[in-house]
Amino acid sequence: MRTAVREITYVKAFTEALMQLMAEDENVLVIGEDVAHYGGVFHAFDGLLKTYGDKRVIDTPISEMGFIGMGVGAAARGLRPVCDLMFFDFIGVAMDQLYNQAAKLKFMFGGDVSVPLTLTTAGGAGLSAGPQHSQSLEAWLAHVPGLKVVLPSSPYDVKGLMVAAVRDDNPVVVVLNKRMLGSRGPVPEEIYEIPLGQANVLRPGRDVTVIALGRMVPESMTAAEELAKEGQEVEVIDLRTVQPLDSATILESVRRTNRALVVHEAVTFGGIGAEVAAQIQEEAFDYLDAPVLRLGAPFAPVPFSPVLERAYIPDSNRIVAGVQRLLERTGG
Amino acid sequence: MTEQDPMSGLPPDVIHDLHRRMVRIRLFEEEAGKLMEAGRMPGFLHLYVGQEAVAAGVMTTLRTDDVITSTHRGHGHAVAKGADLRYMYAELFGKQTGYCKGRGGSMHINDLSIGMLGANGIVGGGIPHAVGAALAAVYKGHDSVAVPFFGDGATNIGAFHESANLAAVMGLPVVFVCENNGYAEFTPQDRHMLIKDVADRAASYGMPAEIVDGMDAVAVHLAARRLVERARAGEGPSMLEAKTYRFYDHQGVKGLRIPYRTQEEIDSWKQRDAITALEQRMTSAGLATAQDCEKVWSDTGDEIAAAIKFAEDSPDPDPAHLLDNVYTV
Repeated sequence: MRTAVREITYVKAFTEALMQLMAEDENVLVIGEDVAHYGGVFHAFDGLLKTYGDKRVIDTPISEMGFIGMGVGAAARGLRPVCDLMFFDFIGVAMDQLYNQAAKLKFMFGGDVSVPLTLTTAGGAGLSAGPQHSQSLEAWLAHVPGLKVVLPSSPYDVKGLMVAAVRDDNPVVVVLNKRMLGSRGPVPEEIYEIPLGQANVLRPGRDVTVIALGRMVPESMTAAEELAKEGQEVEVIDLRTVQPLDSATILESVRRTNRALVVHEAVTFGGIGAEVAAQIQEEAFDYLDAPVLRLGAPFAPVPFSPVLERAYIPDSNRIVAGVQRLLERTGG
Repeated sequence: MTEQDPMSGLPPDVIHDLHRRMVRIRLFEEEAGKLMEAGRMPGFLHLYVGQEAVAAGVMTTLRTDDVITSTHRGHGHAVAKGADLRYMYAELFGKQTGYCKGRGGSMHINDLSIGMLGANGIVGGGIPHAVGAALAAVYKGHDSVAVPFFGDGATNIGAFHESANLAAVMGLPVVFVCENNGYAEFTPQDRHMLIKDVADRAASYGMPAEIVDGMDAVAVHLAARRLVERARAGEGPSMLEAKTYRFYDHQGVKGLRIPYRTQEEIDSWKQRDAITALEQRMTSAGLATAQDCEKVWSDTGDEIAAAIKFAEDSPDPDPAHLLDNVYTV
């Protein structure tokens, strides 16, 4: 049975995924600050309390280490908790429960314990939220064996990736992009899953591969359209998940285009772009006509001033410029 | 009261159970210490010797489906909860047959089949997991309870306070058991907190607490029983502080170059050895003869020798399987 595809917002796609996941599995519950009665500060949890009650939608004290750790214990005992961290920036106060506990119990305990915990959070800059409410810290988490890290770039992806995350038997961190919450796109009504660890080739092209993450995906698509007007065909790959990383799709593309640009909102230094660039030079060095280029934020905290923040975050203009730099290098 | 009934009304089978569990812990630890000193085992070793009455006293009030979490000093809790000594030693040796298949070591013994949700190498790290286990039990309509064990030092870390508040606010069946051995590693209690009784901290979360002599297995059992029954009846979390002492150092079996404890202090606590004290009460009450007690030691010794042999004869893990269980697939 096919169901309708409607245009809904990124945040509504998230809520719809949770509604359907909770209907599908009675062990799915939502735990976090202001997720129940208030519906979440971004309204991502609107209506869940009314539908599923306070046994399954739980408001907590401001205790990220406590309730995420509680989620780890509950997951180890057969529940499938979705814990919400209001802002990605708050991860520091809960980090031990994520990287030393959730990520390691399976391995450290000899395989007997699984931790099917989903941590949802909101990251990214562009709202003048300042240095402690705007960060993109996915590289921290991608560095930890045992975690999966997901950054949806569209309403369609939010729903499908969220379904995959909650159904997964591992701890998965789903980072919503705050500035995309109101963006609209087509989303099927039915429940569906987008596999974790598979990148999405959004636009095929022969000249340059642009590998993008989160909100840099639509920026890259805009850049690709601009460049197409000049006859340059850019292939755009949305990584979707940074752990596991879909190296095969990246390498296959770069071996065809011979040029690669990696773009993300996080600071360039030590970011996912560094890992992608390193893998390309290790595995596809002989195919490259130009050095792999990284485009990210400068090495500074995210600034508050709208003027400074615009200067800080990469955008389609800088992606166009980056691609042009790559194309200036002649092959051979 | 002790004249008429030195066992405070506990039936003989519970007394014998307490005794057996304490002897098992003591011998497990003493032999582990010898293996460590002889260089036959890798890694760190945080011995539980001296604190046996706490693990035995609490664990004799729990069912198999009640969940505990433990600490870096966790062998005693695992033994008392009923863990298989063969798999414990095998893990200490880093063998494939160990509880963690050689991936965890001494600080991560776990056995979900007996409700042992793991020892933890991060101070306070396991406390929230016990709260989560209690949540899972309530969610599924079970009447099991959860008991996180932790030391006095752990009550200075956020995970303890956040867990206590969460459990209280959510009314979860958790009995927080603090084994106050007077030291956070090498720092004495009066230099790491300004209160004498850790149990005072329970009041700030609106939960009741009891303080008990952690060298008295019967007293620990009785106090734990009250709090466990309360939790099982849906009356919410509580805290038990057991005043106890570790006979060995923070880590290993040898003394350290820094004399952070006096010999007088160590000797005075050793004179209150919980196992000796219980055996004296058992014999004076006519529950056991000295020979009966000796037989528990020798039988347990045989079991431990066999467990060590099992561990030493077991295969090492295969490096080809290094990546197993990083993820659930």
